[in-house]
Amino acid sequence: MAEAKQVVTPLTDDVVRSLKCGDMVNVTGVIYTGRDAAHKIMVEMLEKGERLPVDFQGQVIYYAGPTPAKPGRVIGSCGPTTSGRMDAYSPAMMEQGLKGMIGKGPRSKEVVDAMVKNNVVYFAAIGGAAALIADSVKECEVVAFDDLGPEAIRCLRVENYPCIVAIDSEGNNLYEQGVEQYKIAE
Amino acid sequence: MKEIGVEQITSEVKRLCIKAACDLPVDVEKLIVHAAQTEESDFGRYAMEKVCRNVKIARENEAPMCQDTGMVIAFVEIGQDVHIVGGLLEDAINKGVSEGYVDGYLRKSTVIDPVLNRKNAGDNTPAIVYTTLVAGDELRITVMPKGAGSENMSKLKMLKPAEGLEGVKRFIVDAVVGAGGNPCPPTIVGVGIGGNADKAMLLSKVALRREAGAPNPDPAYAELERELLREINRSGVGPQGFGGRNTALAVQIETYPTHIATMPVAVTLNCHAARHKEVVL
Repeated sequence: MAEAKQVVTPLTDDVVRSLKCGDMVNVTGVIYTGRDAAHKIMVEMLEKGERLPVDFQGQVIYYAGPTPAKPGRVIGSCGPTTSGRMDAYSPAMMEQGLKGMIGKGPRSKEVVDAMVKNNVVYFAAIGGAAALIADSVKECEVVAFDDLGPEAIRCLRVENYPCIVAIDSEGNNLYEQGVEQYKIAE
Repeated sequence: MKEIGVEQITSEVKRLCIKAACDLPVDVEKLIVHAAQTEESDFGRYAMEKVCRNVKIARENEAPMCQDTGMVIAFVEIGQDVHIVGGLLEDAINKGVSEGYVDGYLRKSTVIDPVLNRKNAGDNTPAIVYTTLVAGDELRITVMPKGAGSENMSKLKMLKPAEGLEGVKRFIVDAVVGAGGNPCPPTIVGVGIGGNADKAMLLSKVALRREAGAPNPDPAYAELERELLREINRSGVGPQGFGGRNTALAVQIETYPTHIATMPVAVTLNCHAARHKEVVL
């Protein structure tokens, strides 16, 4: 397998365009956690014309709700959650300048179309490898919706967070191509 | 008549919750390691290697292997000659869950109302408790924390008897393949056939309590489990849905007699972090 590409956040349009479906990457920089409840609130805020608590211009959102940190640790276990539950909200977030999403599992056609339109990349992390992934998180701070507990928005500083470009900004999709390649015909 | 105090039940449930989150059963680990060794796809192997390393790190550091430490299902088999003293069984279990999730730094994932008020309960209660009365004077508690990524892929179909074995097979394979990368494959596929709608769903959960990969005692159903596993693994979904040969690790079927007019089939998937721990008091 090819060596992992280094990806530094926030993402520029050129970096997003350079990332291709199937690229192994190590992400370094700031990413924001956000999942069901936070997305729901943010999209409702946008509908009311309110300002979001975080400026997502060029940023990467990570669909994750970590376990609490044990004493002396930065964060608890912190793997990706199923991205499909955020499909209803993601196009609106991309309109806010979001450039990358990290999660697990396939996305809807509407999300992929919005990714192509807005030049956005979707990274897949390894679901269930949460203790391993926690090692790449160096700092963690709750920045919004503290009352949501595990669903609060956290600003994470990560180093060499391993993931795969699952859907690139041209809409090439590992969840379709990979499965097609290994499917055994009737 | 043997007496068992609720304090003992609480402390055992607490211990099992923490242990289940951090220490994958060896039977499941064996299947994962085998999948990692046999996977043909590069991305699939990459994913499985990370999963195997994660299991070891979680066990060594007593860290949850997955951040979704689940909603707790407790299967309780109560011997008819047991007398629970000092309080109610369900209260004792919920107290154990609460203490385990708070003191064990596990994620609290329950909300107090499913629709109108999705506020976090703060201590991961309540558990879902299934009790069965059995012979003897022992109390067996199995704690199975179940994550929602796999649980959301559950399927039930009330088949017509005319759809026959072919209909059963098609429904199960479609349920697993249709779930794609969402439930964190490779999964363990729990299948319940028979009874009525709720009985079939429950059987599909009970099937996941079995030792991972252990066949149904009925040779005909054991053969059906093997056939379904082969069929599912021809789909190409693979680890994490990236494409590959290992979409499921095992298919486990439980059955029950049913009505002349129906043939219920239920599928519950368990992610590769198929957690369960038990104790006998």
